[in-house]
Amino acid sequence: MKFSTKDLSRAEQVFSITGLQVGLAGQPDAAPVLDRIDLQIRAGETHCLVGESGSGKSVTSLATMGLLPKDALEVTGGRIQLKEVEITAASPSRMRDLRAKRVAMIFQEPMTALNPVLRVGAQIEEVLNMHTDLSAAEAKARTLDIMEQVHLPDVPRIYQAFPHQLSGGQRQRIMIAMALVLEPDLLIADEPTTALDVTTQLQILKLIAEMQQRHGTAVLFITHDMGVVAEIADTVSVMQKGRIVETAPIRELLTDPQMDYTRKLLQAVPNLTPRPARPVNGADAVLDVDNLQMTYGGTGWFSRSEGVRAARDVTFDIAPGRTLGIVGESGSGKSTVARCIMRLIDPTGGRVCVAGSDIARLSRRQLQPHRKHFQIVFQDPYRSLNPRWTVARSLCEGPINFGQPKAQALEHAAELLELVDLPRDALWRYPHQFSGGQRQRIAIARAVAMKPDLLVADEAVSALDVSVQAQVLDLLDDVQKRFGIAMLFITHDLRVAAQICDDVLVMQKGQVVEHGPAGAVLADPQHSYTKSLIEAAPGRDWDFANFRAVSAPSAIQGATV
Amino acid sequence: MADIPTSRPSAFHVLTGIFALPKGARLGAGPAIAALVLAIIVMASVCAPLYVPHDPLSMDAMSRLKPPSGEFWLGTDPFGRDIFSRVMTGGRVSLLIGVGAAVVSVAIGLAIGLVAGFFRTADGIIMRIMDSLMAIPAILLAIALVALNGPSLGSVIIAITIPEVPRVVRLVRSVVLTAREEPYVEAAIALGSSMPKILIQHLLPNTLAPLIVQGTYICASAILIEAILSFLGAGVSTEIPTWGNIMAEGRTYFQLKPGLIFWPGILLSLCILCINLLGDTARDLLDPRMKKREG
Amino acid sequence: MFGYILRRLLATIPVLLIVSVFVFLLLRLTPGDPAAILAGDAATPAQLERIRDSLGLNDPLHVQFLTWFGQMLQGDFGTSLISNTDVLDMVSDRLGPTVNIAVMTIIISVLLAVPMGVIAAWRHRSWIDFAVMSFSVLGFSVPVFVIGYILIQIFAIELRWVPVQGYKSPADGLGAFFSRAVLPSLTLATIYVALIARMTRASMLEVLGEDYIRTARAKGVRENVVLFRHALRNAAVPILTIIGTGFALLISGVVVTESVFNIPGIGRLTVDAILARDYPVIQAMILLTAGIYVMVNLLVDLSYSLFDPRIRY
Repeated sequence: MKFSTKDLSRAEQVFSITGLQVGLAGQPDAAPVLDRIDLQIRAGETHCLVGESGSGKSVTSLATMGLLPKDALEVTGGRIQLKEVEITAASPSRMRDLRAKRVAMIFQEPMTALNPVLRVGAQIEEVLNMHTDLSAAEAKARTLDIMEQVHLPDVPRIYQAFPHQLSGGQRQRIMIAMALVLEPDLLIADEPTTALDVTTQLQILKLIAEMQQRHGTAVLFITHDMGVVAEIADTVSVMQKGRIVETAPIRELLTDPQMDYTRKLLQAVPNLTPRPARPVNGADAVLDVDNLQMTYGGTGWFSRSEGVRAARDVTFDIAPGRTLGIVGESGSGKSTVARCIMRLIDPTGGRVCVAGSDIARLSRRQLQPHRKHFQIVFQDPYRSLNPRWTVARSLCEGPINFGQPKAQALEHAAELLELVDLPRDALWRYPHQFSGGQRQRIAIARAVAMKPDLLVADEAVSALDVSVQAQVLDLLDDVQKRFGIAMLFITHDLRVAAQICDDVLVMQKGQVVEHGPAGAVLADPQHSYTKSLIEAAPGRDWDFANFRAVSAPSAIQGATV
Repeated sequence: MADIPTSRPSAFHVLTGIFALPKGARLGAGPAIAALVLAIIVMASVCAPLYVPHDPLSMDAMSRLKPPSGEFWLGTDPFGRDIFSRVMTGGRVSLLIGVGAAVVSVAIGLAIGLVAGFFRTADGIIMRIMDSLMAIPAILLAIALVALNGPSLGSVIIAITIPEVPRVVRLVRSVVLTAREEPYVEAAIALGSSMPKILIQHLLPNTLAPLIVQGTYICASAILIEAILSFLGAGVSTEIPTWGNIMAEGRTYFQLKPGLIFWPGILLSLCILCINLLGDTARDLLDPRMKKREG
Repeated sequence: MFGYILRRLLATIPVLLIVSVFVFLLLRLTPGDPAAILAGDAATPAQLERIRDSLGLNDPLHVQFLTWFGQMLQGDFGTSLISNTDVLDMVSDRLGPTVNIAVMTIIISVLLAVPMGVIAAWRHRSWIDFAVMSFSVLGFSVPVFVIGYILIQIFAIELRWVPVQGYKSPADGLGAFFSRAVLPSLTLATIYVALIARMTRASMLEVLGEDYIRTARAKGVRENVVLFRHALRNAAVPILTIIGTGFALLISGVVVTESVFNIPGIGRLTVDAILARDYPVIQAMILLTAGIYVMVNLLVDLSYSLFDPRIRY
């Protein structure tokens, strides 16, 4: 693992936060949202602020920009100093002047962060028009120059483009260009790559580093992803519940974390090295997908398009007690395959055999008796339970559909809750009374209540914080062992795939490009796309859980089947 | 563990849950005042026969167009009838029409909207018909219906209801279309729940709260349209005092006796204002953006 | 774009067709003898026969419809049962006042309502927001004719600034036109302003919470630029939509306002026709207003692309 090796010992301190406190507006007695934060960043330094959701990372960045939502949050103490300027004391007009000129920010969602009705060139130029006296021609020249610097292709065309005509990566490049066009002292990047695919993420991380080097910018990089931290940070602060619990240079933090919370956070990061696969048990496959096709659209009377081929010739099977992972970037068709198997959409071709019968072409009514054999857990724990139903009602819905008496279904539901580590009295509560991780446990219990042969997990841990993610993965593993369920695990996260899958199937643009045992595919990929995916995985050479570099890949190859 | 039935949330529970105030949000005094004023108007109208000093229908040629006095608090109309008694009594029918139109149009719209939202085959035809109905201005349609069917209470309610139905249908349909994409509905499909069951148990409750809001707006607009229909001469029979009828009769005598229009006008506007304010409050409470602040 | 307009125009045909069927059935499916309904209780058998004859009520239903529909396609909307004049001539004679007042109303409404809504959203929860919202709720709550009479009472009777009622065409002098058109326009505008201001505020509030507004502020963009350059254009589509659907309210308002102010427009014509059960005129008016409504909303739909580049046809 190569950490950043910048020498910052003589760099000038650009930015500092001292004892910053932020509280809920108008509620002085409420617990502070930020509790005495201290932070220093030097010119050319990348400081990563890392923590789980709700830890106060984004509030810190918004306070620095003077963009806290006025009616919700207010600074109650402390100082934010940008070189000679005290931000907490600046007037609104002074603050407006500082933005873009001295401190700039890029946001998480490139899809929504650009104004959809203005051309992107004009949006960059606006910064120059607001803060400089450049003539129109000069402003345009400077805009085109910065667009070249962020390596946008065909700059004259993109200058005229609207945001919706660009890809996510291109939009994030525009955001970076916009942020850096006036060469600010400090760049705040709030989860700038979280919404991007892993290969695009790598490019954007490289770009930020390049621009930082060229302009000597101090960077405050906010992320929840330890892999990204390992990749780019010079120094790191770990945040928890509005406090900074530990600050250290990157190597120290990853090799010798001092605080329990930091250790816990690092230990929860799944290892990219695949776990040993379970022995093949020789049983007949529970799920047998043969030549599955799914084409969207293109069948209407009036439509001239050919339709989108979201899945082509997908073939695989899963045996009881084993887990197959489908990995791929957005648009690869992995979720389409899951939804076809669940018959939430109707495949346009091929066979899907679950527990021995082909369900691909059954009508809704014919399908009903087969439903109990396959169940699904969705990504978003906040939307996968009916908010108006008690947990009991959600858990009993399926079994009652299949004729189980109510009392028996309820008794079984209570047992399942204990299995997923929730108290029995959770039965009578509503979903909003649970955290995201707990809701996902309930969703798993609901699926398992049907005693299915196959469980489809569609990005089931992607919305969860890393520590919760680890617990839910353990739970899935446990459930699988106990009931011998076959599992189809859809994920974009190679680390998660490495930890839970026996076999891995890599999809790209609707097609399977590689399929084999997880150990083989992830440790020694054959297809160039798989290789690029693995190479793009941030922090892939570091074994976070064990605070050391990953040993040579060959060492674990013996464990694969 | 046979205690499922007792633990099921009551309808009241569901409603208070839907409209639950997010933490930290304050409603202010507005809605409370609106509710109070509305309650007073409703009570005063419903109980009018018990306390009004004169028979609202009895004409008296001797006391035509009298100014306000101890005997006739707001004066008398061109037929010598007591304006105060008429205005207070007039509220009964106006409110009845408002509530009636709201209930009928919500019920019909809900049924059609659920069908349109859930069955793709029916959706196209139903929505085309609804679009067409919406293209006809409500007042024109309503006066035409009353003119043809006669000035009975029922035909006025129907005339007000028909133009409102498409709006309810659109609302219900859009709620259903959004809700059926929710993962919990897909989970229910995966759990083998039948389509009618999903429609009634998962989707129908989602429409409840927006329908209550829409219902209050319809109620307000129905009272308004009743007044306009009467004003144009196409309302309920002129023998029944309603706010609209009283104002319609006041038209000719407007310069002589503006109170004939203003008193019922003020009462009616106040009533509609309160209903609209309560509707707005309910809508704000439903607004997901306000709910989000909870987290 | 052209193909899209054509397709949208074609799509209005079923809507108008259903409206025609509806209008046609409205009379025929009403319980009782249609001729008796139209003629009233005191009609002589000869009168009834004349009405039956002129509406073709003796033919089977589908023949009646096809005949009527075929005549309509040729521009023949029949003759009035009361005045025996051609319906189309009656309508075109009365169109002028209505169009003039409606156009004035729309201009007044948009110019007033959009800034009101923008400012209310910008100063969310301030007194100005409260004032705009109060006006808007009030505008929905007071019957149009009551507003009309209040305006007459104040400006015509008490202050004597303008005439009480009546109408003069702009051709008779702009002063005479405006002094008589201003109160009807304001009366009509009240509910329209309430509607548009409310939607502008709601749409702006939504947009002001978007990420790209935060981006604009993070760039140090001035607040007025944030509001009008970044936010308003994004908020435009729902505002345009409500202007389009609100057109139905405007038509309804015209009917009432023309009665209050004694303006000889198509609103009055319609009310008089309905009360006199002059069915050919009623049919023509409902079809005409529905047609206008559909066309206005088509124009609104097409204008979306001026404001939002993501909408392309």
